[in-house]
Amino acid sequence: MATVGRALLIVAFAVALYGVGASLYGAFAGGRAWVDSGRRAVYALAGVLTIAFAIMEIAFLRSDFSFDVVATHSSTTTPTFYKATAAWSSQEGSLLLWVWLLSVWSSLALLVTRRRVREVAPVATAVLLTFASFFLMLTIFFAQPFTTLAAVPQEGTGLNPLLRHPAMMFHPPMLYSGYTLFSIPFAFAIGALITRRLNAEWIVSTRRFALAAWLCLGVGIVLGARWSYTELGWGGYWAWDPVENASLLPWLTGTAFIHSIMIQERRGMLKVWNASLVLATGTLAILGTFLVRSGILDSIHAFGASTLGVPFLILIGAMVLGSVGLVVWRRADLTSEHRLDSLLSREAVFLFQNVILVGLAFVVWWGTFFPLISEAVTGTRASVGPPWFDKYIVPLAFVLVALSGIGPLVPWRRLTWASVRRGFVLPALAALVTVLALLAVPGAWMEPKAAAFTGVVAFVLASVGQELWRGMRARQASARESAPVALAGVVRRNRRRYGGYVVHAGFAVLLLGVAVSSSFQHARDISLRPGQSARVDGFDITYVRATARAASEKISLGAVLDISKHGRHVATLRTTRGFYPSQDISQGIVGRFFGGESESEVGLRAGLGRDIWTVINPNLAPLTPIIEQGNRTFRRAMVGIMTGPAAKRQQAVAQLYALRDAAVTAVARRFVTSPWPADFRFIVSPLATWIWLGAIITFLGGLLALWPAPAAARRRVSAGYAARVARELARTTQ
Amino acid sequence: MDPSRKRRIRLVVALTAALLAASALIYTSFSAGSDEKTAGQLLDGAVAGKTYTLAGTVKDGSVRRADGVLWFSVRDPHRPVAVRVRYTGIVPDPFRAGRGVMVKVQRGAGDLFVGEKDTMVTKCPSKFQVAPPRPGSGGPASLT
Amino acid sequence: MIELLVVFAVVLAVVAVVGAPLRRGAQGLDPDAAARAELADLEAAKEAKYQEIRDAELDMRTGKLSDEDHRVLDGELRAEAIALLKRLDAVRARVGADAAPVAPPPAVG
Repeated sequence: MATVGRALLIVAFAVALYGVGASLYGAFAGGRAWVDSGRRAVYALAGVLTIAFAIMEIAFLRSDFSFDVVATHSSTTTPTFYKATAAWSSQEGSLLLWVWLLSVWSSLALLVTRRRVREVAPVATAVLLTFASFFLMLTIFFAQPFTTLAAVPQEGTGLNPLLRHPAMMFHPPMLYSGYTLFSIPFAFAIGALITRRLNAEWIVSTRRFALAAWLCLGVGIVLGARWSYTELGWGGYWAWDPVENASLLPWLTGTAFIHSIMIQERRGMLKVWNASLVLATGTLAILGTFLVRSGILDSIHAFGASTLGVPFLILIGAMVLGSVGLVVWRRADLTSEHRLDSLLSREAVFLFQNVILVGLAFVVWWGTFFPLISEAVTGTRASVGPPWFDKYIVPLAFVLVALSGIGPLVPWRRLTWASVRRGFVLPALAALVTVLALLAVPGAWMEPKAAAFTGVVAFVLASVGQELWRGMRARQASARESAPVALAGVVRRNRRRYGGYVVHAGFAVLLLGVAVSSSFQHARDISLRPGQSARVDGFDITYVRATARAASEKISLGAVLDISKHGRHVATLRTTRGFYPSQDISQGIVGRFFGGESESEVGLRAGLGRDIWTVINPNLAPLTPIIEQGNRTFRRAMVGIMTGPAAKRQQAVAQLYALRDAAVTAVARRFVTSPWPADFRFIVSPLATWIWLGAIITFLGGLLALWPAPAAARRRVSAGYAARVARELARTTQ
Repeated sequence: MDPSRKRRIRLVVALTAALLAASALIYTSFSAGSDEKTAGQLLDGAVAGKTYTLAGTVKDGSVRRADGVLWFSVRDPHRPVAVRVRYTGIVPDPFRAGRGVMVKVQRGAGDLFVGEKDTMVTKCPSKFQVAPPRPGSGGPASLT
Repeated sequence: MIELLVVFAVVLAVVAVVGAPLRRGAQGLDPDAAARAELADLEAAKEAKYQEIRDAELDMRTGKLSDEDHRVLDGELRAEAIALLKRLDAVRARVGADAAPVAPPPAVG
């Protein structure tokens, strides 16, 4: 079936190239039939790539080690759940996933818009298929997912143990969905610029895809952060790692875009800004993909130096030059229809928010690429770390969150003093009360920035709560409904508005969790024997007993810890460190079971008040002498078997391996029977869980904003306003 | 004042503010950045009291842990030299001999460099370039 | 052999799907394309204007706008909507009664 997979990639490449030609020919000379054929090429591409992707998935699930990518990223002992995700743990598989998702989302976008944006869509189709052609070219010539092995191994290398986490099942597909969905407004923007159809229609048609992209990319980013917090043994969730930053960049500019397009929809303003933003977002999405694949920046995530850097650079260069050229070429068609009425208006708040978001993106971009920039400027590669990022990100984030509370209170077009009195008093009071209440919390004002930020968050939450309350009351006044029904009704009829407000509230909660957990965190590294205790932030942590488990997949050495406070039991934590067998036989018959990859299982007690987090790092040095003795003993036995009678060799080898398994288990058990001090890291983080809760609220708000209203309800509402305006029209024309 | 003139003034003020902010950011990045050096470059020219980012591969057989301190050596990719590092703090899960590592260090005595706490980053193991296991190598990894 | 058949079947399916519009016959460029596109733009702008009118009313009912401010703003918005409707009528007259209908724009809200 590998042959089928390879052939299907070539078929897909041909279809993509045909689709580019047909769409462009149809748009400028050939007419509707060729345009439709080009669009259908996208549907066909999705179908072909679905089959190809399924072939790869089936190979992983069946542990078909004739596939090179399966042999090097999976094993028979990998759980089925992770066999499925192993498909995109490799360079080759992840590229195939990317182009498959691109084809699926592009098909959806073109299906939904097939009777609209008729001049723009063919050019957009050509752009999307150009992206698909590029990625298919990579999978055919540079990183082939269907390469087979001449000699098929009995066992695979296995999935990197760090990737054996539920978040890793969804993190890459969500990230890539975000990147590929952002390609859609990018492509339509290119189409609009080329065909000079730069008014409302193309924006309205692709707005939902931009929002879906924002949502998927955001979920992917949060899943990555959650994986880092619960899987990696450092206790953090964000390290300003280059690949983390690369996914954040398009999310920041995408956030700016989904706000500023509202201004263009309403007032025909910011056309140059919006065109530049969406083109930048699409380019940054490809840049993010490039950073992970090229190895150009050192990152724990990077796939390592590869040959893909040059093709990606060429594509990104073309996108940047093409985007700038198009915007400059069409600047006459991008003039605003109106001007800003007032600096005190929702339009102005959105504009200011956009500037902050672009500023954040610039800071992140500069810090991420600084090693390359410094090398180009000074000849020496230098890097900046988290303190540099925090110096600029923190104040900008502060302002951003404040604006997310101010925006909902400010009407479109102009704000009056009466509006300020009606809208701002309650949220401002909530902020003040919160800040004063914190004076009563011991130690709260030792971190004044975090305390002040809490006040800003209170402002945001009060502002959103006030808007929901007033909306509910307004509906009750007209529809005579109960409070819950009225609230549901007003939200259902104004999903975009209230979905956005919920996003603001969730984001404020998320950043509050970040601010407080990082400002008031207590961390301690300590070495403990069973029975010994340590104190961290008022909690007494006792190392109760050591644990050891030897299974076919890994050896786990761990600890059971008792957490108590003021003599009262709070929690029992279990943490382990897993050691996977290595394929390197030079480490010895016994030694290789302790010499492969290792990963931590975090002990975590999460709560609304605080998280208690721990990892163990058992030092294997005390086992070294016994492991080396085992290596020598079993090597001598193996030599003896190999030089002995051939007839009994197979049986003898099988017996030897059984003895070896028992020996390895016994060696691991020594951690329990004769325990030695193990190193622990303990972290107590207040409000850390609010990060994840805030993220959930944010994305629920995004879903609400994205969800379309039923068509009948839309027509009813629209018809009502149409009738009113029609009456006005009739009066003015009489 | 003429509205278009007012708009032009606002634009100029905004652009100037943005330019000043960007300049401050760029300036501080060059002063706050720590140079990435190989082991050989550190041995040749590292001065005490300055922080460098050491990048290289962990030397086989050099890793030792004692009393919460990690000792290891980092090889130079181009020369047959290595520096010894004394490090405390978070050790990333993928850390092991033969892997790429980056850590902030300051010069100690001789060829010893003291790692800054919690600054170590390791390269993700490049499994994507590892040769597949030979059939029948090492026996079945089966433990009951 | 079976692999060859699978690939051949996929290629046939692709050709059938992609070639279907071409088999119906080439239609050439739509002479009304520009007018239709302008109509679609105006329809989208009209829906956005109705949404603005709704939003202004909700802002008034939730206290962000006083009755007086809302009256002024609502008047402005309705005048802009009327201007859009007049432009729509003009373009529709240009496109003519024979033209196929333009698909309604997606909901703005």
